[in-house]
Amino acid sequence: MTAPFPTRKQEEWRYADLEALQPVWEQFAEPLTLIVGPGESFEEVWLPANDDVQVRRIQLALGTRAKARIFALNTAPVYGRLELEVSLAEGADFELFGANIGTGLSTNEIVTTVKHVGVGGRSRQVIRSVLNGKATGSYLGKVEVARGAQQTDAEQSIKAMLLDRGATANAKPELEIFADDVKCAHGATVGELDPMQLFYAESRGLDPASARALLLEGFVMGLWDSAKDGDAIAEAARGALRRVSSSPERGGGPAKLVEGASCQA
Amino acid sequence: MLEITNLHATVADKPILNGVSLHVPAGEVHAIMGPNGSGKSTLAYVLAGRPGYAVSEGSATFDGRDLLALEPHERAAAGLFLGFQYPVEIPGVSYLQFLRESLNSQRRSRGEAELSGAEFIKLAREQAKLLGMDAEMLKRPVNVGFSGGEKKRAEMVQMGIMQPKFAVLDETDSGLDIDALRIVGEGINRIMRAPDKGVLLITHYERLLEYVRPDCVHVLQAGRITRSGDIDLARELERSGYAEAAA
Repeated sequence: MTAPFPTRKQEEWRYADLEALQPVWEQFAEPLTLIVGPGESFEEVWLPANDDVQVRRIQLALGTRAKARIFALNTAPVYGRLELEVSLAEGADFELFGANIGTGLSTNEIVTTVKHVGVGGRSRQVIRSVLNGKATGSYLGKVEVARGAQQTDAEQSIKAMLLDRGATANAKPELEIFADDVKCAHGATVGELDPMQLFYAESRGLDPASARALLLEGFVMGLWDSAKDGDAIAEAARGALRRVSSSPERGGGPAKLVEGASCQA
Repeated sequence: MLEITNLHATVADKPILNGVSLHVPAGEVHAIMGPNGSGKSTLAYVLAGRPGYAVSEGSATFDGRDLLALEPHERAAAGLFLGFQYPVEIPGVSYLQFLRESLNSQRRSRGEAELSGAEFIKLAREQAKLLGMDAEMLKRPVNVGFSGGEKKRAEMVQMGIMQPKFAVLDETDSGLDIDALRIVGEGINRIMRAPDKGVLLITHYERLLEYVRPDCVHVLQAGRITRSGDIDLARELERSGYAEAAA
């Protein structure tokens, strides 16, 4: 039986494009489950597809001292959603490097729940969003540290770049901690391209579109540095950045909507 | 080569330049000295086309072209180089990529062939070596983690790579120790001392001028040139200060 269709009252679906999701819900209703056994390593690159609506719902269970590293590019033309629920047993290690790159009216979101169940787990999530037009890019990330999951080390770094007044970034890191010896850091920023960096690049001979593309590349491309095979995702990200930076609406206003604080906990 | 006539400019509606007139012929180096807040950096930014620096009156031509009508990247392609007083950091973008794309963009707009990766790296290494900079630093993100002196040296490496016709150097000497000052001074001479090139050298101190030997020294005060002379004027300023010189 298909799971009930979500509503926007559910926090994890708050910014979703449910109208776009409705016709394809049946094929995504059940999340896919992946298990990484004790001591094993898992690395995957999630490239965007050609569909208007792209949804990935994954449950990932990491055994004792298992390692998983995921590189994800979310750049659907209408609605893209990467949903990850991760559980970490003792000493497990999880890393997510993700980007939302959107233009037009698109909505792209990365929604994660990372559950530290065992002692000494480590998780690191680095998310970068570049948004133009009236695009929305969101990150909702909950980190749960269970009672007894001491020496947990969890980090969330979320940064968004808005190229246009109409673009929206949502960043919502969330912590739920039931242990007293843990390190959970999260930081979120939303900004625009720095006018002085743009002028510096233009004064060296780059036209405004190329200068923007170069600065955006610097903002995003570091995500793939640690990938064993990062060429395809780097190329796809470069293409997506070219698409969003070639519709120039210079200047831009202040960030439209900022959720979540820039802070260290 | 560079002809500035009665230039007035405002920043955030505040008048900063109040009628600057200056002619730098090809083959010459002119120095501009002046107290803090006299408009030296504003003049440099106006010439390079920084947004927010509005020209309200006057003109500036470069090789007969209306400089003020060009976009910043068009000025660079035309052969103008600004050495920044505070070089800008660009995280995530390596110096090699930044300079190669910039140079090739200039070359494309001039109808010249682009340099290949190998050609460019050879050029960049040569110029870094001539300015005593470790070429490995060019693999790092633009100016990130560079000391003040390293940033200034890197500006000169950029100038050596770009080979501009005209350089406006805004306090390139500040933040340099004595050895670096000599290397930068020699670099300016090597790269820019030529019959078809020109330099506008903005500085607070006379020391760099002992290496570069300007053909003319101007004093900028309250947004206009108040005195012009040879290097003796710079030496006099060093001794007696701007208040005396204006009198």
